[in-house]
Amino acid sequence: MLQPQMEITVDELRHLVSDRAVQGDTMLLNMGPQHPSTHGVLRLLLELDGERIVNCVPDIGFLHTGIEKNMEAKTYEKALVMTDRMDYLNNLGNNLCYCLAIEKLVELDVPPRAQVVRVLLTELQRIASHLVWLGTHALDLAALSVFLYCFREREHIMDIFELCSGARMMTSYFRPGGLWRDLPVGFDEAVRQFLSYFPKRIQEYESLLTDNPLYIDRTKGIGAISSAQALRIGLTGPPLRATGLDFDLRKAQPYSGYEEYEFEVPLASNGDTYDRYIVRMEEMRQSLRIVKQALDRLPKGPVRSNNRKFVPPPRSELGHSMEAVIHHFKLWTEGFPAPAGSVYLPVESPRGLLGCHLEGDGGPKPLRVHFRTPSFANLQAIPILSRGHLVADLVAIISSLDPVLGDVDR
Amino acid sequence: MEAPRKLASELTELLADSLIELQEFRGQLTLVIQPETVLGACQKLQAAGFDLLAALTAVDYWPKQPRYAVAYQLYSLERNEFVGLKVMLADDRVDLPSVEPIYPNANWHEREVFDMFGIRFRGHSDLRRILMPYEWEGHPLRKDYPLGYEEVQFSFNFDEIERRKKYVKD
Amino acid sequence: MGIEQKLGNLGAVTTTLENAVNWSRTRAMWPLLSGLACCAIEMMATQAADYDLSRFGMELMRASPRQSDLLIVAGRVSRKMAPVLRRLYDQMPEPKWVIAMGDCCSCGGVFNNYAIVPGVDEVMPVDVYIAGCPPRPEGLIHGILTLHDKVMGEKSLRVA
Repeated sequence: MLQPQMEITVDELRHLVSDRAVQGDTMLLNMGPQHPSTHGVLRLLLELDGERIVNCVPDIGFLHTGIEKNMEAKTYEKALVMTDRMDYLNNLGNNLCYCLAIEKLVELDVPPRAQVVRVLLTELQRIASHLVWLGTHALDLAALSVFLYCFREREHIMDIFELCSGARMMTSYFRPGGLWRDLPVGFDEAVRQFLSYFPKRIQEYESLLTDNPLYIDRTKGIGAISSAQALRIGLTGPPLRATGLDFDLRKAQPYSGYEEYEFEVPLASNGDTYDRYIVRMEEMRQSLRIVKQALDRLPKGPVRSNNRKFVPPPRSELGHSMEAVIHHFKLWTEGFPAPAGSVYLPVESPRGLLGCHLEGDGGPKPLRVHFRTPSFANLQAIPILSRGHLVADLVAIISSLDPVLGDVDR
Repeated sequence: MEAPRKLASELTELLADSLIELQEFRGQLTLVIQPETVLGACQKLQAAGFDLLAALTAVDYWPKQPRYAVAYQLYSLERNEFVGLKVMLADDRVDLPSVEPIYPNANWHEREVFDMFGIRFRGHSDLRRILMPYEWEGHPLRKDYPLGYEEVQFSFNFDEIERRKKYVKD
Repeated sequence: MGIEQKLGNLGAVTTTLENAVNWSRTRAMWPLLSGLACCAIEMMATQAADYDLSRFGMELMRASPRQSDLLIVAGRVSRKMAPVLRRLYDQMPEPKWVIAMGDCCSCGGVFNNYAIVPGVDEVMPVDVYIAGCPPRPEGLIHGILTLHDKVMGEKSLRVA
């Protein structure tokens, strides 16, 4: 298993590189899986003419985890754990996508309190994801202090997640039917404290980068793409909104109560790296608005559906209700059955359109779970975006697309 | 639910010659079409405004026949509608025309379907494995491919498993 | 370490020299930037301001294996990535140590399927295993301190 063919001759890839490479006119460089700026294990085969990129062939699959096949071997609720680990910067978002797909498939209701908490935590997760993006993007462009500031803020968000669910990253807090358990005491205070100081922090990051001539030089005009081209190559999310096209699933096909919140979708016009930065910074502000509205309107009530055919009963009931014991036993050993049929549920992840294609077959285990992940689709645009740029610009372009390799390879 | 009904009738008319069945499940539309007509159907849908190929995936129904279904999800920005296309393939004829000429982002999606299921796409510019290593044999997401898990190391299979792990120190 | 090896076992002198050598090795261990998946994010968080790794001498992560002594395997190792990791390990000069951070590289973690190598110890010898999915930054720091203890107890100067 350890001696696979790592060297691939030019003959096999001849159709991918231009004729000049075969003649030796241009250089083929391997920007390997282990590289400080590739945001994970992404391998790029670059064809360079001096320092200019003639063509760039991405090679993915170094983090392929077989999540989809593994989920087919587990029941619906137990497979939820795997969704956390796909796009590991947007754990709650992945949970939400999968839970909404299950709820649509089996027609399970979600109480209003759970819907509001879901929106709140998903937006906090979006802020956390954009903070990591900003930190690593700035780190790639050698602005180290922004990296440290962003991770300092992210620690506060991680503390909030730990308050609710016990884990900083892989929370699995959203379950089919609602949430795992109710919000703890002190949640309200923690989130309000976060809301009070975070706007000034966004301003701090902007003051470091937005008008910085070094940053502008490195990002303006780099990796520009038109909206028609972006749509054809399948870009979604902030890269598409940076070209001017208004496509945000939270507004277009609202889920989990998003239609009740007031927020704007930031757009830009040029579609280059600088515009993607502007769009994401503004998205952080809009997410803060949503968090505040969700916190203010948090209703009281149950946090998980009462439908005992799909949701296990609370442990306190097991002492005195035989039906509760039977439901508990059935659900944890066998799982709940889902009807035969397929649903496709798209949500808006911080990277773009995250879609879950869930197909049931009448049994307790899913027949097929497929995640259409935004990073997989967005990475296809790298050859188009980077043609004619320098290698250093390629680093800025990749980090502005915000790929997460767990999302790409699943 | 008015928009799906109008959309359903419009699409039935548009794809009349290739449509086998129109399914509606949980408010979502899926058009089952003939395998060889997928390129023509996508062209017509693109002209009707469905300009984003949102997803391309495959499902293996083994041991039921027809064994594979390739599912496409198309989105129209102006109508704000998702529509699903489904193509059923039997075990003996697992190839399809590629929709890459119409939707260039189908490139990697079709490579993934080829890698995981072995469904070939005719006319694809670069059909090779994308997620598995290049010389891997087999198509992992087929139902007759084993999950490949590691067994728990009890005392009866202790030595067998220990032999595989050369570097484990106590 | 030529002269020390030639001196051989000189009792008190060698042990003190050994202690000094081990101490200096622990105080400036440079990790290789080999973050693969989710654990890499926690590794970055440990590197950042709240849980600071530079107080242990690991201020920067070297990108080149030739310049690093510690390989922190952070994340799941897939079958495609395993030979690459082995190559990185081989390119590192002695003395080198390996920390398997997280469940996926210690034992396969949540995943038990065709695509993940169940434990990076099928590929390279590991010194310290850190449990957690992902381990908390404090967990990673505890693992690094355990490694420091291990290195302090090493007999680095005896001719092996």
